Amino acid sequence: MSLFNIFNISGSGMSAQSVRLNTTASNIANADSISSSENETYKARHPVFQAVLQGVSQQNQVGSGVNVLGIVESQAEAIARYQPDNPLADEKGFVYAPNINLVEEMANMISASRSYQSNVEVANMTKHLLNKTLTLGQ
Amino acid sequence: MSINFNKAFGIHETALNLRAKRAEVLANNMANADTPDFKARDIDFSKALLMAQSQTSDSNSLNRTHDKHIDSMSGTEMTDLLYRIPVQPDTGDGNSVDVQVEQAKFAENAMQYQTTLRFLNGKIKGLLLAIKGE
Repeated sequence: MSLFNIFNISGSGMSAQSVRLNTTASNIANADSISSSENETYKARHPVFQAVLQGVSQQNQVGSGVNVLGIVESQAEAIARYQPDNPLADEKGFVYAPNINLVEEMANMISASRSYQSNVEVANMTKHLLNKTLTLGQ
Repeated sequence: MSINFNKAFGIHETALNLRAKRAEVLANNMANADTPDFKARDIDFSKALLMAQSQTSDSNSLNRTHDKHIDSMSGTEMTDLLYRIPVQPDTGDGNSVDVQVEQAKFAENAMQYQTTLRFLNGKIKGLLLAIKGE
C-alpha cells in the first residue's frame, strides 16, 4: 500500500537533512580550528543529495525518497594569519584558519531544520490518515 | 441483485487509491526539496480517475500465462506523472520544488482523502443498516 511507502520517503528525507545538520554543526564547531600548514586545515563539508528513482518506465517513475550521495569538502583556500606568537605558527609566523562562512552555515542550518520539520509533518499527517483508514467502517 | 459489494463502493475505492498515490508523489517532492536538479511532480487527479475507472470497468483484462509476460499495469499505476510548472524560472540549482506549494497541496490531498473515507464510511453504514434490517 502506497501510504506506508510515505514513511520510507519522509524518513529518508529526515535522515538526509540530519546529515546536513551534522556537517553544518561540524563546520561551525571547527570555524576557529587553526593549524600550522594549509593542507592540515579543516575544510568545510557539505552533503550532496540525490533523488532515488524506482519504477519500470521513464515516464511513470515514482521517486522513493532522497539519498546522500556523498560529502564534499570545500575547495576554498585557508586564510593565512600572521601570528608569530602562536605555538602552532610555521617558520614564517603564519597560522592557517579554515575558510568557513559562518553566515552561510547558519542559513544552511535554518534551511535544513525547516526541511526536516516539513518531512516530520508529512509523516505525522500520513500516520493520521492511516489511522483513519484502519477505523474504516467502525 | 441490487446490493453488490463490488459495486457498493463505486468510484470511492479507486479515488482512495489515487489519493494515496498522490500523497506519495507529494511526499517525495518534499523529501527532495534540497536535491539539485530535482523537478517537482504531480498527478492530474481528474484525468487519472477517468483512466483508472475505464481500466477497472474493462472486463477483458489480460492474463499472464508465462513468467516473462509483462504485467499489464493496474488502474492506479497507469496514471501519468507530470512535472509541475515552477513559479520562478530558476532557483540556481535546477530544483523546481516550492515547499510551501507542496505543503498546501499535501494538506489539500489529505483533506480529500479523508472526504473519500467519509463517503466510504457512509456506504458501509448504509450496507450494515440494510443487512441488519432494523
